[in-house]
This record gives sequence, structure tokens and C-alpha cells, in this order.
Amino acid sequence: MIAALIIVFREVFEAGLIVGIVLAVTRTVPHRNAWIAGGVLGGVLAACVVAVFAGALSNLFAGMGQEVFNAAILALAVVMLTWHNVWMARHGAELAGELREAGRAVVEGSKSLLALAIVVGVAVLREGSEVVLFLYGVLAGGNDSGLSVALGGIAGMVLGALVCMLTYFGLVKIPTRALFTTTTVLIALLAAGMAAQSAAFLEKANWLTALDNVVWDSGWLLSDSSLLGKALHTLIGYTDQPTAMQVVVYLAILAATFALMRLYGTPAKAGAPAPAE
Amino acid sequence: MSFSPMLSKLSLFAATVLVAAAAVGAAHAQSATEIQLSYKDKKFDPAEISAPANTPIVIKLKNLDAKAMEFESKTLKVEKVVAGSTDATINVRAQKPGRYEFFDEYNEKVARGALVVK
Repeated sequence: MIAALIIVFREVFEAGLIVGIVLAVTRTVPHRNAWIAGGVLGGVLAACVVAVFAGALSNLFAGMGQEVFNAAILALAVVMLTWHNVWMARHGAELAGELREAGRAVVEGSKSLLALAIVVGVAVLREGSEVVLFLYGVLAGGNDSGLSVALGGIAGMVLGALVCMLTYFGLVKIPTRALFTTTTVLIALLAAGMAAQSAAFLEKANWLTALDNVVWDSGWLLSDSSLLGKALHTLIGYTDQPTAMQVVVYLAILAATFALMRLYGTPAKAGAPAPAE
Repeated sequence: MSFSPMLSKLSLFAATVLVAAAAVGAAHAQSATEIQLSYKDKKFDPAEISAPANTPIVIKLKNLDAKAMEFESKTLKVEKVVAGSTDATINVRAQKPGRYEFFDEYNEKVARGALVVK
């Protein structure tokens, strides 16, 4: 049971952190619960589909289907997170300011929610399919340990939900004014980390072989398979043996986010109406 | 800024990166050491495999069990789900000499093996 708990918790931990952050980011947006719940549900369903077709997925791209699939959904999450940040740079002030038209704010807000719901779905999908395969393997085995493993699995998921709540309540303690800056930085780092992970998957698939030298090895200091290392891996993309390509991609995403926010974000006091669609 | 134009710009950027990555990958032709490995009844066969140092390694893993397993090695930075009764290819980048343990994450205590790089 403990083994099952640990395996499941390890997988849902990352999704828990990400859902917690997204909940904090969208704190004031109407209807956010429905969107995020939709993201989680969509992720779970997609995880089941991926688990069922795991064999077929692996066989794509000369046996590198899993790696390419992971790289692609991570890239999708990076696009969504970056888009959210850029969008908030433009509309964040409107949403919070007294000038907002309630109706429009809801419409615009839901676009941003869609992006974040996709991010949540991707996070759940990535780790979820492994949990599904693990639990299915045990339950299909039909031995008497099935029940205890199922209990362990449920306990692991409850712990994952706890991580999510701790992240959320930790973040919303931050005063509203500082929260916006904090979440902007968090999301930018999250996106950069996911982009580097995406690059790592392409490296494993041998699709990306340039700059594949390991830049540093900080495993002696903080292994990325320890709990703290894993948390930092999710949050800021920490890895103890990054390749030059991963570092380049990481920095490129940070730079691109910053540049796009400067380019498309309107200064809060300019008062220029946003261009019509 | 409306949703679609910016999103399409970003997607275009992501697509460009992926295509560029694929092009680089196609040009890759470094010779790798290929190792056959099979997995049955929570055991790796052989339990210890070896490879020369400083060359890429390709592990061809046959999962002979009906259940899925997850091949994982923390030191080799590999994590791969292998569905029941299927084969998988695992690319490992060139390594320094040493002993690198791997295991089935779903049966971490019993299903273990090691790659020795010399």
C-alpha cells in the first residue's frame, strides 16, 4: 500500500503544484472553478485514452512516440502560459480597474481561462496516464493485494490534492498587489521550465542533438529526484544535469515572454482603448 | 490584442522550433551501442548490461509481461512507459564510466538492474 501511495503521489505531485498556481492566478476571475475542473477532468479522460493506447503511441516516430508526444503537449502548455502572461500584461489592469465593463471582462477572462484550463489538462494528462497504467496493471492482476494498492493509490491522490491546496493557500496569502507580479514571474518560470523539459524529451528522441553537452552537474547539491528537487523542477525547471540546449531554450522563453509582454502590454495609465477585434 | 492572432503567432513559433528540431534530428548519424534487454516476471534479463564510455547507447527493451512497466533510471535520466507485451527503444546519451542503476518504477524494490559503463 505504501509503495502504491508513493508511486501515485510522485506522479500527481507536479499536477497538484500546477493546479494550485492556476487557482491562485485566476482567483478573481468569474467561473474559474468550472474551467479548471473542466481542465482536470479533460486531463483525466485524456490520460485514460493515452494509457489505453500506450503501446500504439510508443510505436509512432520509430519508437519515440511517447517522447515526441510529451514534448508536443509541453510545448502547447508553454504557448498557453506565455499567452496568458502576455494577455494579463494587457488586460490585467482593466480586469482589476474600476473602468472594466463587467460583460467584456467575463468574455475576455474566459479566453484566458481556456488557456489555463489547457495547461491544467496537460499537467494532469502527463502524469495521469502513468497512474492509470500502474493502477490498471495491479487491478487487472487480480491478486489479493489489489484492494490495498487501490487504497494506497487513493491516498496518494488525496496527498496530491493537499499539495494543490497548500500551494493555493500559500499564494493567496500574498497581498493582491504583489500577487500579480508574483504569479507573472511564477508563470514565466513555469513556462521556461516546461520548454526546457520539452527540449529534453526531443533530445531523448534524438530529434534534437545540437548543444547536447551537459553544462553542469549539481546532483551532489540537490538531486532532481528528491522531493525539493522535484518541486523546483516543476516550478522553475530545475534539473541537475541540464544540456546547453535546455539552458538556451529556458532563457529564450524567458526573453520571449518579457519581450512579448513589453510589445503587447499596454501601460496601465495610457488609457488607449484596446483595438477592436 | 485578440486571442487568435497572438496565439497563432506563438503556435507558429512553436511549430518552427519543432520543425527545426526534426531537421537537426534527421542529420544525426552518430553510431550508438545497441543493447538488448528483456523484462519478465519483474526481472530484467540480463540484470547487468555494459557499454563503452562516451558513446550514445540504445537500449532495446522487450516487455514480455502482459502488464505495463515503467523503465526508469535516475542517474541516466530515463523514464519510459512500456506497455504490456511490447518493445521499446530507449536512447541514452553518452555516459562517463560508472554504474548506473535502473528499475521498473511500478516494482521498484524487486525489479532492478544496472548498466555498467566502462
